[in-house]
Amino acid sequence: MNDMLLSLVTFIPTFAALILVVFLRGEDEMAQRNAKRVALTATSITFLTSLFVLAGFDPSDTGFQFVEERDWLMGLKYKMGVDGISILFVMLTTFIMPLVIWASWDVKVRVKEYMVAFLLLETLMLGVFMALDLVLFYLFFEAGLIPMFLIIGIWGGANRIYASFKFFLYTFLGSVLMLVAMIAMYVDAGTTDIPTLMSHSFASGTMNIMGITVIGGMQTLMFLAFFASFAVKMPMWPVHTWLPDAHVQAPTAGSVVLAAILLKMGGYGFLRFSLPMFPIGAEVLTPLVLWMSAIAIVYTSLVALVQEDMKKLIAYSSVAHMGYVTMGIFAANQQGIDGAIFQMISHGFISGALFLCVGVIYDRMHTREIDAYGGLVNRMPAYALIFMFFTMANVGLPGTSGFVGEFLTLMGVFQANTWVALIATSGVILSAAYALWLYRRVVMGDLIKESLKTISDMTSREKMIFAPLVAMTLILGVYPSLVTDIIGPSVENLISNYDTALAHGASASQTASH
Amino acid sequence: MIQADLNIILPEILLALFAMLALVTVVYTGKDKMASMLTWLTAGVFAILAVWIGMSGDGDNIAFNGMFHDDAFSRFAKVAMLLAGAAVLVMGADYMKRRNMLRFEYPILVALAMVGMMVMVSAGDLMALYMGLELQSLSLYVVATLRRDGVKSTEAGMKYFLLGALSSGLLLYGSSLVYGFAGTTTFAGIIEAVGHGHTPLGLLFGLTFVISGLAFKVSAVPFHMWTPDVYEGAPTPITAFFATAPKLAAMGLFARVLFDAFGGVIGDWQQIIALLSVLSMFLGAVAAIGQTNIKRLMAYSSIAHMGYALMGLAAGTALGVEAMLIYMAIYVTMNVGTFAFILSMEKDGQPVTDIASLNQYSKQSSGRALALLVLLFSLAGVPPFLGFFGKLSVLLAAVDAGLAWLAIAGVVASVIGAFYYLRIVYFMYFGEEGDKLDTPRSPVQQVMLMASAAIMLLGIVNFFGVDSAAQAAAAALMPH
Repeated sequence: MNDMLLSLVTFIPTFAALILVVFLRGEDEMAQRNAKRVALTATSITFLTSLFVLAGFDPSDTGFQFVEERDWLMGLKYKMGVDGISILFVMLTTFIMPLVIWASWDVKVRVKEYMVAFLLLETLMLGVFMALDLVLFYLFFEAGLIPMFLIIGIWGGANRIYASFKFFLYTFLGSVLMLVAMIAMYVDAGTTDIPTLMSHSFASGTMNIMGITVIGGMQTLMFLAFFASFAVKMPMWPVHTWLPDAHVQAPTAGSVVLAAILLKMGGYGFLRFSLPMFPIGAEVLTPLVLWMSAIAIVYTSLVALVQEDMKKLIAYSSVAHMGYVTMGIFAANQQGIDGAIFQMISHGFISGALFLCVGVIYDRMHTREIDAYGGLVNRMPAYALIFMFFTMANVGLPGTSGFVGEFLTLMGVFQANTWVALIATSGVILSAAYALWLYRRVVMGDLIKESLKTISDMTSREKMIFAPLVAMTLILGVYPSLVTDIIGPSVENLISNYDTALAHGASASQTASH
Repeated sequence: MIQADLNIILPEILLALFAMLALVTVVYTGKDKMASMLTWLTAGVFAILAVWIGMSGDGDNIAFNGMFHDDAFSRFAKVAMLLAGAAVLVMGADYMKRRNMLRFEYPILVALAMVGMMVMVSAGDLMALYMGLELQSLSLYVVATLRRDGVKSTEAGMKYFLLGALSSGLLLYGSSLVYGFAGTTTFAGIIEAVGHGHTPLGLLFGLTFVISGLAFKVSAVPFHMWTPDVYEGAPTPITAFFATAPKLAAMGLFARVLFDAFGGVIGDWQQIIALLSVLSMFLGAVAAIGQTNIKRLMAYSSIAHMGYALMGLAAGTALGVEAMLIYMAIYVTMNVGTFAFILSMEKDGQPVTDIASLNQYSKQSSGRALALLVLLFSLAGVPPFLGFFGKLSVLLAAVDAGLAWLAIAGVVASVIGAFYYLRIVYFMYFGEEGDKLDTPRSPVQQVMLMASAAIMLLGIVNFFGVDSAAQAAAAALMPH
C-alpha cells in the first residue's frame, strides 16, 4: 500500500474530475451543486489521504520515502517520492485546495468546468512536488499551465484575455529552456532519475562559447536554463511582470492557488534541481541571485505602495516575499534554506488568506479599487479582525508564521552576504508601510461611501474557510519546530552535499591549473 | 528470382490492381453513384493492407537488384500512411457527398497516390524514387482540382502542379548529377561511390538539388510557398489528406535518400537539413499568427511541424530517425483529429473555415471543444499530451547529436507557435458569443476526432508499441 500512496493522493482529484466530465450533465442548480460537492469531497479526501503520508513520514531519513517506480514509455520511469523538502509542499497543496473549492461556492458560470479545472490543477501541482523523474516533473510542471490558463481566461476579470496569454506564454518560454537543459542532462548522465542526477557531477570546466568565457561551464549554462524557468515561476524581479496581471484578472480561487502553491514550484525547483545538481553553477551565480532578490524586495515593496488595486498590491507583496525565499535559498546555509521553506509554507497560508480577504469584499462590491472602500470596520467587524490578523502576518509580526520565515532567511543571508541582508531588511519596514496603509484605507475610518452602507459581514461559511488558515498561521508562528523538525535533516543533507561538491570542484580546478 | 521479387512488392501490386479494377468496374457500372461505396471499400483495403504489412513483414528484403527495399523502416511508414489514408478517406466521404463532390475518381486516385507513396518509402534507387514520387504527385495534382468548377480549387491544383513540376525538375537534375558522378543510380552504389572521405563537387551539387526537390515535397522553408494556397484552395477532405500521408511519405523518402545513399557523408548535408529545419519552425510559427482561416493556419502549422521532424533527420543518427518517425506518427494522428473537426465546421450547411466562427464553441458542444482543446495543446507540444513526447524525442536526438543550438531554436519557435493554437482555444472558450455552428452530422468525423484526442491522452500511459517499432525502423536504415 505504501508504494501506491503517493499516486493515490495525486490522482484522486483526477478521478473526481473524470466523474464530473463523464457523468454530470446540465447547467441547472442541481448539477452545479453536485459539481461543487464532488469537488469538495474529492479535495477533502485527498487531504485526509495525504495525512497518512505525513504520519508515515520519517524526518530523520534524508532519502526519498514512499518511493513508487514503474516503467513508462520511451525508456522513462514513472517515479514518485517525497523527502523532507517536498513533503510540506504536498501538505500545503492538499490543505489549501478544499478551502479554495469551498471559497468558490458562489461561482455561477460553468461550474462543472470550473471544478474540473481546479481538480486537474491539484493533481498536476501534487505531481510536481512528488515527481522523481525529470520528464515526469516537466510534464506536471508544464501541464499546470493549461488549467490555469483556462481558469484565468474563462472566469477572470475584464482584461482576462491579455492576462491569460501573458501568463501562458511567459511561463512557457521560461520552461522550454529548462526542457533543453533537462535533455542535455539526460544525454550527459544517461538517466532521468532525479536522485541519481543529484549525485551526478556535471562538467564544470570553464568553457568558451562564441568568445564568451563561461566560468563553471556546463553547470552554469544548465543552471541558467533552470533559472529561466524557476525565476519566472517564482517570480523574481525583473521577470515578475506576468504575476500582477494574472493575479488581478484571475478569479479569487485562481489567485489563491497561484499565490499559495504555484509560486512555490519555483522555490521548490531551486532546492530540488539548481542547488544539488549544479552546485558550481549555483556558486558562480549566487551573488547575482542574492542582489536580484534584494532589489526585488525593495523595488516591488515600493511599487506595492502606490497600487490602487488591492489584488495588485498583494501580488507585488508576494513578489517581495518571494525575494526573501530566493535570498534564503542562495544563502545556502541551514538558517537560510530552513527559512526559505518556512517562508514559502507560511506565505502559502498568508497570501492565500489575503486574496480570500479581497475576494470577500469583491464578491459584495465587485470592485478591487482601494478608493472604493473605507470604514469597513463599522459594518464588518469580523472581517476587520481577520483582515487585520493576516495583514500583520504579512508584515511579519512576531507570533505569526510570517515573522519566522523572514527572520530565518535574513539571519541566513546575513552570514552569506551582509550588504544584501542590510538592504533586504529595509523591506520589512516597507512591507509594514504598504500593508498597514492598505488596511487603514480599506477598513479604518468612517464609513462615508454610500454604496458601502448596506454591506454585510462575513457569512459563517466564509469564517469557517478562514479558521484553518488563522490556526495554521498562529501555530507555525509560535511553534515553528513543527516545520523545521521535518525539513531540518533533509536541508542539512542538502547543504552538506552542496559544500562537498563545491570543495571537490575547487580542488579539481586547482589540480587542473597545476 | 522474379517471383521472389514480386512477392516482396505484393502489397503494392495488389493495391495497384485494386485501383485499376475498381476504375474499370465503376466506369462500366454505377459511376458516381458507387463513389461512396468505393470510398469505404478503398479505406477497407488500406486497413487490410496495413494490418497485413504490419503483421507479416519480417526482416530486410531487397527486390529488383536493390531498387526496392522492404524493411522495418518502410513497413513502419506504410502502416502509418495506410491507416492515415483510410481514416481521411472515410471521414471526408460525407462532406464530399453532400456537396456533390464525391466522384468515383477520388478514392481511385487516392489509392494510386498511395501506391506511389509506398514505393517512395521503399525506394532503393533514384529511378524507383522518381517513379514513386511522380505517381504520388500526379494523382495528388488531380485530386487537388477535384472541384472542377471552383476557382480556388483549380487555382490550388494549378499552383501545386506548376511548383511540383519545378521541384521534380530540380530533383531530376540533381539525380542526373548524382548519377553522373557516382556512376550508378542505386543507393547502395551511391553510398559506396561517395565513400567516407572527399565528396566530388558534382555529387555535392546533385545532393543539394535532390534535397531541394524533396524539401519542396515536405514543404520545408524556403520551398513552402505552395502549401498555404493549396491547403486553402483544395476541398477540405483533400487538404486533410495532403496534411497526413503524403507528408509522411516524403519524410520517409527524405530519410531514405539521406541515410541509404548519403549516410557516409552526414557532415555534407547536416547543415542544410538543420537550416531547413530552423527556418521551417520559425516561419511556420510566425506566419500562422496572422491567419484567420483555419486551413491556412493548419498549413503553416504543418510547415512548422515539418521543421521539427527535420530536426530529427538533421541529427544524422539512428536516434534521430527514430525520433522523426515517432514525431510523424504523432503528427499524423493529431492532424486526422484536427481535420475531422475542421470538416465538421458548418454554418447553414455551408463549410466555414474562419477561426472566429468558433466563438464560444465550448458552450455549444463541450465534448467536442474539449477534444479540440486537447489536440491543439498537443500540436503546440504542451505536456501532458502526446505531442509533447514527439517534440521531446526530436529535441533529445538533436542535443544528443551536438545540435543544442537547433534544439534551443526549436523550443523558442514552439513558444511563438503556441500563441496561435492558444488563439483558437481563446475563441472556443473565452470569446464573445456569436452565431452558432451547425450541429455536426457525420458520426465518422465525430469518432475520428474523439479517437485522436483520446490517443493524445492515453498515449502517455502506453505508447502502443510505436516507440519500439520506430526504433526497429530506424535501425533498418542505418548502415550495418
